[in-house]
Amino acid sequence: MMLAELIIILMLGGVIAWLAGKWSTVVSKWIALIAVLIDSIIFILFLAQHPEVLNQLGDKEDWLIDFHRDWIPQIGASFHLALDGLSLIMVALTLFLGVVAVLASWKEIKSRVGFHYFNILWLLAGILGVFLAMDLLLFYFFWEIMLIPMFFLLGIWGYERRKEASLKFFLFTQISGLFMLIAILGLYFVHGLNTGEYTFNYFALLDISISKQLGFWFMCGFLIAFLVKLPAFPFHSWLPDAHTHSPTAGSVILAGLMLKTAAYGLLRFVVPIFPEASQTIAPLMMLLGVAGILYGAKLTYAQDDFKRLIAFSSVSHMGFIVIGIFSFNVLAYQGTVMQMVAHGISTSALFVIAGAIKNRIGTRDMDKMGRFWEQMPGMGGITVVFVMASLGLPGLANFIAEFLVLVGVFQVSILWSVLATTGLIASMIYSLVILQKIFYGESHSKHKLKDFSIREYLIMTCFIVAIFWLGLFPQKVITTVKPVIQKIEQQAQIKFDYVEPKTKR
Amino acid sequence: MLTSESLYLIMPHIVLAITAVVVMLVTAIKRNHTVSFVLSLLGTAIAFASLFIIPNESRKVTTLFIVDGFSTFFLGLIIVTTFFIIVFSHPYFRGRKEVKKGEYYILLLIASLGAIAMANSDHFIAFFLALEVMSLSMYGLLGYLKKSPFAIETAIKYLIMASVSAAILLFGFALIYTHTGTMELSEMANMVEVNKDSIIFLSGMALVIVGVGFKLALVPFHLWTPDVYAGASAPISAFVATISKGSVFAFLIRLFIDLNGDLRSSVWISFAVFSVASMLIGNWLALRQENIKRLLGYSSIAHLGYMIVALLAASQSGVEAVAFYMVAYFINMLAAFGIIGYLSPKEGEMLNIEDYKGLFWKNPWMAILFTGVLLSLAGIPLTAGFLGKFYLLLSGVGSTLWFLVIILVVSSGIGLFYYLRIIVALFSGRKEVAENEALIPGGSSVLAGIVLFGLFVFLLLIGVYPSGLIKIIQTLVTPIL
Repeated sequence: MMLAELIIILMLGGVIAWLAGKWSTVVSKWIALIAVLIDSIIFILFLAQHPEVLNQLGDKEDWLIDFHRDWIPQIGASFHLALDGLSLIMVALTLFLGVVAVLASWKEIKSRVGFHYFNILWLLAGILGVFLAMDLLLFYFFWEIMLIPMFFLLGIWGYERRKEASLKFFLFTQISGLFMLIAILGLYFVHGLNTGEYTFNYFALLDISISKQLGFWFMCGFLIAFLVKLPAFPFHSWLPDAHTHSPTAGSVILAGLMLKTAAYGLLRFVVPIFPEASQTIAPLMMLLGVAGILYGAKLTYAQDDFKRLIAFSSVSHMGFIVIGIFSFNVLAYQGTVMQMVAHGISTSALFVIAGAIKNRIGTRDMDKMGRFWEQMPGMGGITVVFVMASLGLPGLANFIAEFLVLVGVFQVSILWSVLATTGLIASMIYSLVILQKIFYGESHSKHKLKDFSIREYLIMTCFIVAIFWLGLFPQKVITTVKPVIQKIEQQAQIKFDYVEPKTKR
Repeated sequence: MLTSESLYLIMPHIVLAITAVVVMLVTAIKRNHTVSFVLSLLGTAIAFASLFIIPNESRKVTTLFIVDGFSTFFLGLIIVTTFFIIVFSHPYFRGRKEVKKGEYYILLLIASLGAIAMANSDHFIAFFLALEVMSLSMYGLLGYLKKSPFAIETAIKYLIMASVSAAILLFGFALIYTHTGTMELSEMANMVEVNKDSIIFLSGMALVIVGVGFKLALVPFHLWTPDVYAGASAPISAFVATISKGSVFAFLIRLFIDLNGDLRSSVWISFAVFSVASMLIGNWLALRQENIKRLLGYSSIAHLGYMIVALLAASQSGVEAVAFYMVAYFINMLAAFGIIGYLSPKEGEMLNIEDYKGLFWKNPWMAILFTGVLLSLAGIPLTAGFLGKFYLLLSGVGSTLWFLVIILVVSSGIGLFYYLRIIVALFSGRKEVAENEALIPGGSSVLAGIVLFGLFVFLLLIGVYPSGLIKIIQTLVTPIL
């Protein structure tokens, strides 16, 4: 029941915040904050009651909660939510960034406040649903529900070219999603014809036996949806526009959570359901992943717009997730999950900083910034932390993530891991450019700049604690997801006659 | 033979006919807009209630009509839709002094009488008569606002197209009759010995397809649609989009089911071609439309194309999908034209997408409702349109019609763009600017507002929890197979 509660509280909170926004914007803000906090408290209480969850060592049955109700019995769709280690990590990330997103828009949004918080809360509810749904139709349902609030966040409260950006975002993600829907239906019928039981249940479809060719095409349906959303090179062109013109909260959720839903989908659906087909397509995916890392880094370096820069760096970082997932080994999967969390935190922090600067000087153009350290030492110091995280400094979460991914990939292919490693050097360059252009160099503006306010310091403290904690004690996350990851890896091996990784060429 | 016991089977028809006569008499005695309005509402409500006394089994009423769960389902849909159209019509015509109002309701009632008779017909003659009853009233309805510059053009355009297509249809019926010797659908279904590849039968079918295609506005018989949608008054556009298409579609389903078998060869292929063309061209032409009613017209062409896909699946889930989608489509179109009528000023209508700019700041409720409807038309989750489209895809994939399914997906991707364009317009502009330009909805009334809101709630309800509707469809519609 707890899982459904989490989603329902957010949805209800959204509606109440909207209605309350009619007469008081302050009340609406607080309702939104309280709704997310209640969710977090429920979740933390659950963890406190089940401490074994975080310390399990891999041989235990790994579904912690399972919530199952009829939804459309006539076609075999059910309202089925379940929580395992992987979902748990993602839910924790969602709630954490949810609080941040509400706080980040506290002062920024001035018109239609109620509707804004409605959208944020429904967006979070949709994302939670994606991370929890264990029925493919329900998964698709939540997958699409995420789009609408994001579309509104972008289209109503976005910056200059918000219309184009929101249209582009919606069209890319919706159309790619429809291909996933066809693949889901295909699976449904193949399973139905094989067994006589027509169902969308994830666990039933997991053991589907499917012909090689059909499996490949169905996998492509899923893959299109996830690669566009991730976004992997060459489907990334919607992301920079969406990020650049989105309000801060939108950017935080987009970078921190929505991109992760795609990575989650790859791990949860593509690899376990289509082990053979994903093995077939792995070389291509490796190529796309590495191309994304390097091309993304190159484009990042060329940006003048601060938010656009961070957006392209996301494309680069997501490349690591792609190569991690398609190298099919435990180390790389651990790295992938870490990367999902670490990138979610570090990039969101950078977007909050970008939003703070934009609110102060009214532009995101880095050529108009410079020497900000003198007036805003607090912001400068904090930015250093996240720039370092982004370039992979040991001791911070991103280092662990990228290191694990590279170690994992190395076992499969030396070439790709070497190429991917050069991406780290590139990320060093563009990350330092941020510091140089914004906080050092020549001053280009005569603004009087105020340093971070208490609210902003509060947000940043959360981020810093999280990124250090994950960097120094990553074991918590790794043990939590270990059983899931082992299972996925086994799944990838069972049906497929695994080719021993070539360590020597 | 019409027996007294079968009278109650056609109670809805009788009630609607009596209502039309009563409204006519009342109008003759003393003209009063509100009285005609209330009487019509009352009549449709009673007609709807009388549906519940009809048993859910297949009964023939003379050789002409058949009464079964399938027809009851469509009757319910059509009568409820008529009720809503009447609700929207009252405030819409209230402000338009140039026309007399009583006749409007009479024509509307007769048109919907024709529509429900079509859903019942089991005989070519019955179908043709019902079709003409509906069409003749529609000529009057389309040109009803006779001072409007487009009214007569619209009516004439529809008159020519509809009568030519009716003639073609009739000739097709005649050819089929020559070959089979019967005009009864259920009897045709039992004829195994009939050679369905004979040239006479096939040319008859071809002509019937053309005639039906005109009514459903399938590409390439769609040319009248945008003009008629744009030229008619909003409630009548809703009628053209929903009832007039739904009733013909009901007959088409019956025809398809009764003639099943080796039909799959030629008739099937021609419908597949029309379906693909309608989906692609309908959505394609809608892309650059600035006029919102023309846009909806093209979009309805595409939606009919989607439904044909499920019909071609020729399976149980296909017929269920059509019925489900039909409900979603009716709600969408009804609400869309309802909102257009609701917001339209006393002179003319808000036709351009431009006019809807910043509606969210001027009239947030209507903007939200409209957004919901457009998202449903685009097939986004939480709305009935999504599950409808899902059901269509389900039946398409189930019968492995991969090509049609892919086209459906691609074309609804194209369609997404123009629905989003309207939504973007609704939410664009800045609050301060928008609030200064007052918007006085001329077609608004409390009742219409409630009905629109009710439709919206229903849209979400079906979109989230469709089991109830599916259960109704499975008890009423599925037995026809």
